[in-house]
Amino acid sequence: MFTYIQNNYQTILDALIQHIWLAIVPILISIVIALPLGYLAVRYSALYQVFNALFGILYSIPSLALFVLLPSLLGVQILSPINIIVALTIYTLALLVRSVADALRSVDETVLQAATAVGYTRGRRFLEVELPIAVPVMLAGLRVATVSNISLVSVGAIIGTGGLGFLFTRGFQLFYAPPIIIGIILSVLLAVIFDVIIVLIQRQLTPWARVAR
Amino acid sequence: MGKGGTLMYFNYLFDGAHWHFDKPGSIPNLILQHLGYTFVSVLIAMAIALPLGAYIGHTNKGAFLAINIANAGRALPTFGLVTLLVTLIGLGTLPVVIALVVLSIPPILANTYAGLRAVEPGAVDAARGMGMRPARVLLGVEVPMAMPLIMAGLRSAVLQVVATATIAAYVGGGGIGRLLIDGLSIGDYSRVVAGAVVVAVLAIVLEVLMTLLERAIVSPGVSGRFSVGGRKGADAVGRDPSDLLGEGITLTADGLPAAHHDVNN
Repeated sequence: MFTYIQNNYQTILDALIQHIWLAIVPILISIVIALPLGYLAVRYSALYQVFNALFGILYSIPSLALFVLLPSLLGVQILSPINIIVALTIYTLALLVRSVADALRSVDETVLQAATAVGYTRGRRFLEVELPIAVPVMLAGLRVATVSNISLVSVGAIIGTGGLGFLFTRGFQLFYAPPIIIGIILSVLLAVIFDVIIVLIQRQLTPWARVAR
Repeated sequence: MGKGGTLMYFNYLFDGAHWHFDKPGSIPNLILQHLGYTFVSVLIAMAIALPLGAYIGHTNKGAFLAINIANAGRALPTFGLVTLLVTLIGLGTLPVVIALVVLSIPPILANTYAGLRAVEPGAVDAARGMGMRPARVLLGVEVPMAMPLIMAGLRSAVLQVVATATIAAYVGGGGIGRLLIDGLSIGDYSRVVAGAVVVAVLAIVLEVLMTLLERAIVSPGVSGRFSVGGRKGADAVGRDPSDLLGEGITLTADGLPAAHHDVNN
């Protein structure tokens, strides 16, 4: 296994780097879209039902099916990373919109009333009261989405763009375990590192949680 | 794409020749294979995870283990696991089934555990006070009250497995993934479309069936469908189960831990 690492250092590194950005870009796009959608879902409860049904259906489409269908739907090359990014954005969005909506709903009504009573306008109340209080639940959803994204990226290797998944297809074609083992270890490590980063961000964003404990 | 071009993509799906039951590799046969992988894997996972989860939830021993298995299972790339098992034990159904079992244990285990922990302690005390033996307390009180969460775990396991079983075709297995993989390799796009449509429909149908099964199995007293005086099942079940799953795992509105919503491996 160590000889494989020595001889294929650059391949592994390239796969790892591709894996990282294939996982991160959909998360960032989803955060930007999920916040307003989640907000709307809370304001208009009919929308909450619509989003739940819509994203529930999108979410149950297997990733491999989406990966192979998207190229022609989007009109891009099958090897284009855009396929993977769009597919993973759909899954991440499905999780995040719901997390954001549930998080905003979980904010105690009396807190909102108190904020209004001390003179917060609606917009300021949202940004400075509701959003911070909703952070833990939102980030819990983000953690789930991130970890499953990292696992899903590798499926993209079947259509030729899958970060560490390349090590899986390579190992399978050669009937040789070391690249696969390296890929699995790196993928799990990535998931753990991303998870820790989100937890650290959560600590920064919710200083009161530390005081309370 | 023109109108004719769009329809062309459905050639494979709507060609009756691909729907003959007796032809190997026909769509109904692939669906059966796919369901076969799914049910065998989920049944094995149930045989392992239900008793284990019930034991952990009942005794509260090894809760740390249950939560960590659930988290680790999420991070493990199933595609990597399938290819690894194939290189280790060779081609065939076995590596695929093992990987799918590994995939479906975490949601079943975590939800069974969380479901049992969430049972109102007063109900358990009452059952003991009535003279029930521990086994009857477990099977007659705790499990029925935990059933909504247990079923949610099963449902998410089934959906994960249905989605992931498509990967079996990559390592020479059967199932609907065959249409996707073969279509890709020979450049027959309408075959890819057929596979994607069939597997998506199958996933959605199974989700609906699991929801119906959940309704049939969960006692009306627990689900609150026959609520008396506005008392909902949620009150009867008692504590919010999400408190028990620890940091980072929340329960979504339908009682499913968000942690196990990652269906699409």
